[in-house]
Amino acid sequence: MPIFALVDCNNFYASCEKLFDPKLAGKPVVVLSNNDGCVVARSAEVKALGIPMGVPWFKIQKEARQYGIVAFSSNYALYADMSNRVVEVLGQFSPSLEVYSIDESFLDLTGFLQNLAEYGQAIRQRIQQWLGLAVCVGIAPTKTLAKLANHCAKKGLAGQQGVCDFITMTEADLSRLFARIEVGEVWGVGRRLQARQAQLGISTVQQLREADPDLIRARFSVVLERTVRELRGVSCLELEEVAPDKQQIMCSRSFGQYVYEREGLEEVIATYVSRAAEKLRQQSSLAGALTLFIRTNPFSQEPHYQRSLTIPLPEATEDTRVLVTWAVKVLRRIYRRGFAYQKAGVMLSELRPQKMAQASLFADPDIERSHRLMATLDIINQRWGRGALRTAAEGLEKPWQMKRLRLSPGYTTDWEGMPVVGCRSEGER
Amino acid sequence: MLEVASPGSLDCLPAIDPPRVLLPLGAAKVSAGFPSPAADYEDKRLDINEYLIRNPVSTFFFPVQGESMQGAEIFDGDILVVDRSITAIHGQIVIAFVDGERLVKRLYHRNGRIALVAENPAYPTLHIREGMELVIWGVVIGKFKRIG
Repeated sequence: MPIFALVDCNNFYASCEKLFDPKLAGKPVVVLSNNDGCVVARSAEVKALGIPMGVPWFKIQKEARQYGIVAFSSNYALYADMSNRVVEVLGQFSPSLEVYSIDESFLDLTGFLQNLAEYGQAIRQRIQQWLGLAVCVGIAPTKTLAKLANHCAKKGLAGQQGVCDFITMTEADLSRLFARIEVGEVWGVGRRLQARQAQLGISTVQQLREADPDLIRARFSVVLERTVRELRGVSCLELEEVAPDKQQIMCSRSFGQYVYEREGLEEVIATYVSRAAEKLRQQSSLAGALTLFIRTNPFSQEPHYQRSLTIPLPEATEDTRVLVTWAVKVLRRIYRRGFAYQKAGVMLSELRPQKMAQASLFADPDIERSHRLMATLDIINQRWGRGALRTAAEGLEKPWQMKRLRLSPGYTTDWEGMPVVGCRSEGER
Repeated sequence: MLEVASPGSLDCLPAIDPPRVLLPLGAAKVSAGFPSPAADYEDKRLDINEYLIRNPVSTFFFPVQGESMQGAEIFDGDILVVDRSITAIHGQIVIAFVDGERLVKRLYHRNGRIALVAENPAYPTLHIREGMELVIWGVVIGKFKRIG
């Protein structure tokens, strides 16, 4: 029987913020989306206040003042570093794991003879001590059940101290437990599906588990049929250890302030292309086509304009300079003067592996030089920070950059952001 | 240019003939004459990370402000290497969060009493009393600083 564990960090973004700032202990903390728009993460204190996920920050100003809610811009560098550390620690507990999202990973514990609940506690304790982050662990014979077990651990429905092991529970206990959980909590059962299932009289996890898989397949989909089988303990989903290479690479953002001039947009586009090209090289691909889009704010009173254009590249490339040159050409085609642009994006598509082009890569010294230059560019930017070395087209000031007024320091990613320790003593109080 | 065999285009050539791919001359180093007498002694260069850090995944850096740990050779502007994977015990230098502040002190933990002791006579000992918020964040295992 396969054994999966799902390890999920509790309130991950908010917990990262709290880890380095002692003033936040016990305080309600939220993390905001790009441009400080909506609440995308909440600390336990905020959840207890009943503030929902996704609510615009300006709409909860009253509560924020009343309860002293502290808001942060998304500090992606910090979260990514802490996430990587979590994955590294998890790697000590299983030879194979799947990073499912920034705060969730599946571990394969198949064949482990230990007491699994104790093993789960060991994982929990090590991440708590080494990284100061609380996690919950769900253990089960299928991925869908492991996710559900994690939910139970988090909500205290089953298991102990944040670890829930379905494998040691009896069938009767599981049935009772599942009868108390709404079907919408099952992995992959969305709200729409939940409504349709309600028409069939399926409202709890137990009812879905007892449903006839053939009927589910006929009325819904093969995917949901698989979910039913997984709920019954038949593992249908395997661990996906290596994320498949992306078929498209996208970089798009809203601007912190409107951009009017073509020159300004060129800087934006060049920056996004550079970022996309970096991702392209990370997965060792070449791009065969480039799409560019620009648009005004659809909600503003000002005149609207939006346009996108895709061009095939004459030769598949990974070279930032080539991609920027083409992107700027495309921009000149679609740009119209007199609009307040609010968002732009770049997509690289028709991706193919670098190695397929390698024969000609060695044959053409220009391409080989370009390849070496790009590798050097990536190394320098990795070492000195993104954008340390960049094409001149990206500009220097970047006034259009995302608004992140409430950004915490890069505690673990920036020499200037490290958390200072003081020596203050009682006498100075 | 040299012509070198590669398995790339096997289907279009008889198996006996080596298929061809062009490689630039000088792509592989060929040594003529005597090998370097130092080759046997090649080793990794000293790495300061290796010296200062035992467990990278649980290690964090904290710059110091102030003079209260001078006696432990921790000075203003030093950057401390802090390892969370070590369980703090009596006598170790620790990072502690006390009532909303980040401090570096020596941990006193004896007979059920906890205190944070400075290493400078000008700074009194901070006794942890009930109701105070204390988190022992990590254990200080080293420090570094750039000069100039």
